[in-house]
Amino acid sequence: MNNIKTSSAIRRRYRADGRFKVYCLAAVLFALLFLVFFFSDLMTRGWPALLQAEVQADIHYSEVVAEGRYRKAIDKSLRPLVSRGWLRTLPLYLEDHPQKMGSREELWVIASSAVDQYLKGHSSKLKLRHRKLVDKLKSEGRIKLAFNTGLFTRGDSKMPEIAGIRSAVVGTLYVLFLTMIFALPTGIMTAIYLEEFAPDNRFIRLIELNINNLAAIPSIMFGLLGLAIFINFFGVPRSSALAGGLTLALMTLPVVVISARAALKAIPDSIREGALGVGASPWQSIWHHVLPLAMPGIMTGSIIGLAQAMGETAPLIIVGMIAYIPDSPDGILDAATVLPAQIYTWAGEPMRAYAERTAAGILVLLAVLLSMNALAIGLRRHFERRW
Amino acid sequence: MTTADIIFVFIAGLLPLAWGAHFLGTRQAESAGRKVALHSRPGQYGWFAVLSLSLPALVVAVVASLLSLSGLYQPPPTMILIASLLVGTGGLVLSIRAIQPALRARNLIEKVIRWMLLLAAGLSILTTLGIVLSVLFEAIEFFHLVGFWDFLTGTEWHPDTAFLQGAGRAAEGVAKPQFGSVPIFAGTLMITAIAMMVALPVGLYAAIFMSEYASPRLRGWLKPALEILAGIPTVVYGFFAAITISPLVVQMAAFLGIHSDATNALAPGIVMGVMIIPFISSLSDDVLHSVPQALRESSLALGTTKAETIRHIVLPAAMPGIVSAALLGISRAIGETMIVVMAAGLRPNLTWNPLEGMTTVTVRIVDALTGDQAFNSPLTLSAFGLGLVLLVMTMILNLISLSVVRRFRMKYE
Repeated sequence: MNNIKTSSAIRRRYRADGRFKVYCLAAVLFALLFLVFFFSDLMTRGWPALLQAEVQADIHYSEVVAEGRYRKAIDKSLRPLVSRGWLRTLPLYLEDHPQKMGSREELWVIASSAVDQYLKGHSSKLKLRHRKLVDKLKSEGRIKLAFNTGLFTRGDSKMPEIAGIRSAVVGTLYVLFLTMIFALPTGIMTAIYLEEFAPDNRFIRLIELNINNLAAIPSIMFGLLGLAIFINFFGVPRSSALAGGLTLALMTLPVVVISARAALKAIPDSIREGALGVGASPWQSIWHHVLPLAMPGIMTGSIIGLAQAMGETAPLIIVGMIAYIPDSPDGILDAATVLPAQIYTWAGEPMRAYAERTAAGILVLLAVLLSMNALAIGLRRHFERRW
Repeated sequence: MTTADIIFVFIAGLLPLAWGAHFLGTRQAESAGRKVALHSRPGQYGWFAVLSLSLPALVVAVVASLLSLSGLYQPPPTMILIASLLVGTGGLVLSIRAIQPALRARNLIEKVIRWMLLLAAGLSILTTLGIVLSVLFEAIEFFHLVGFWDFLTGTEWHPDTAFLQGAGRAAEGVAKPQFGSVPIFAGTLMITAIAMMVALPVGLYAAIFMSEYASPRLRGWLKPALEILAGIPTVVYGFFAAITISPLVVQMAAFLGIHSDATNALAPGIVMGVMIIPFISSLSDDVLHSVPQALRESSLALGTTKAETIRHIVLPAAMPGIVSAALLGISRAIGETMIVVMAAGLRPNLTWNPLEGMTTVTVRIVDALTGDQAFNSPLTLSAFGLGLVLLVMTMILNLISLSVVRRFRMKYE
């Protein structure tokens, strides 16, 4: 009797046990499935932007074109199909290449975004007669989808077919470089001080608490800091790479400090004592022995911190880095924009062709960020040492 | 010459001087050390000379630029440049004369290094101070204009006519701008709550799976995989929420026969929740991992099932750490900006319905600061008022969470 009762209770408990495990598994699967869904969604949205419709057209470099009536450069029937943004560059091109004046040239030129969207099978506001023309040209092989090099070689534009990420990439490089040269030395120095020299007193505990707190403060607050201190007080130009780089450096600093401290802490004391024992000073033992051993760990943390800074948008919006920047900035004081901010501005554009480019920009950003993170993990695995 | 040029010339002048100083100092020490043994290595005398050159030069440059920034006295930049380089050279000459075998160069440079390290560590304090002060001053100005209680308890947010006040045309008989922040904070809390409803169960159960069920190998793969979620930029999540999840929510709602706004609070909430999963799961996993194995084994030895052991023994033991992970998650959700900016809408809306669009603190901050308003208009300043409240909220959450996790560490390590 008793036996049966307990066995049914046990069965119930075992079932509860099984259910619990299923919940846990479901949670992990949910997160992983989200990842898969997320990436496949972005891929399907972004890959069409890697292709761009091009039309084979006869370009006539005439006086009229040089005077600014650039639409006259091509045959009237093709005009509605060709990107106006591209045609607009012709007078300037002629100014740079005067020897071409009066000549004719058969070229593959960028098609308008309406043609592009129509060819990709998306909704397009292309007129019916033009659609027929496109179909005819396509069967003749005079219109095609080619790899979109312009996406990488051109700057931002108000016309989606000639908009590219180049100026944003250059801006990102500037900002990231500045973040690196400000945040890495200070972060590593702070970590060395806290881990190797600091006495255990209130002031040091305050610094530690403060760094941990800074790591969790919303990034937008750093934007407010940058706006009030760097731009309004120190007069750093708004929208400049310098303002963005300084702001992001302060944001990245706690990440670098925390990871560098962990790396220093992992070095056993016998290394320090051995160096001190043969007469090295404290700094000599750190510089010649502890730091080289901790370097892989410090680099791992720094790369992760920089990757985080590279994807950050909110503080940069606050310091004005969402301006329309068609040309790459020439220096750290020029107005610049960064890739995430470019993604943000494109995402706000109503035209469908921009949504495609936004997703393509995202794919580029994610590819860079994921490879940075993979590099960090690889470094950690390769240099990891058990003492 | 622009400021950038000045700084460039300064550095370009200092670097060769420093190189020369190192050379001179080392040679001086070597020649002095031929008869008597040196206290330090010759190179350390070289560094001593470099420091005596560059520190005075830097001090002069920094003091002079602070003077001109504060507006007390504005020396011409070229004068600062020449003065600081001259003072540096003076320091170099003095240091070369001071070099003799008894000089404890190593001790001196180590002392300077320690001070430099301390200075770097102090920068983090300055950052916090900078954030607090920059927000505080503008916020005080805002509360002069609006009134702290009106801001905290008002339920109407209509800043549209604020620009008139900024332009000095306050008395033109239009409706006064209203800055009642209740609907904004309600929106923030609603989206935070949705995010935590996703992140907390998923993150916690995933952490339990990783630390209690998965093999070390599987855990080694799962943890980085989940951390990918934390490495995705928020602007990407925002785009995803706006363009994929929002329409999905609208379709689902329509399928169930409910109306949903195109920009609803649910979509950014869910996506934000997914973003926070790794914060909760990684931290909880660490905490669960540090619960002593003896506790599990003694519980299992009494005949409990694995789930019972986890629920009644491991989780209570790890509770402080899990709570602090959750608090950190909430603090992240409150301060998250891009997802809500791109997917949550701009309209302050006091409602319980997550299918309506609502706005959050961070959205209003971004909106107020990207407009073309004068910096001292109430609308721009309102960003700092909101920022102050946001800062106080997240700092309290962070500090509680940090102290809880610290106490937990002391208990088990």
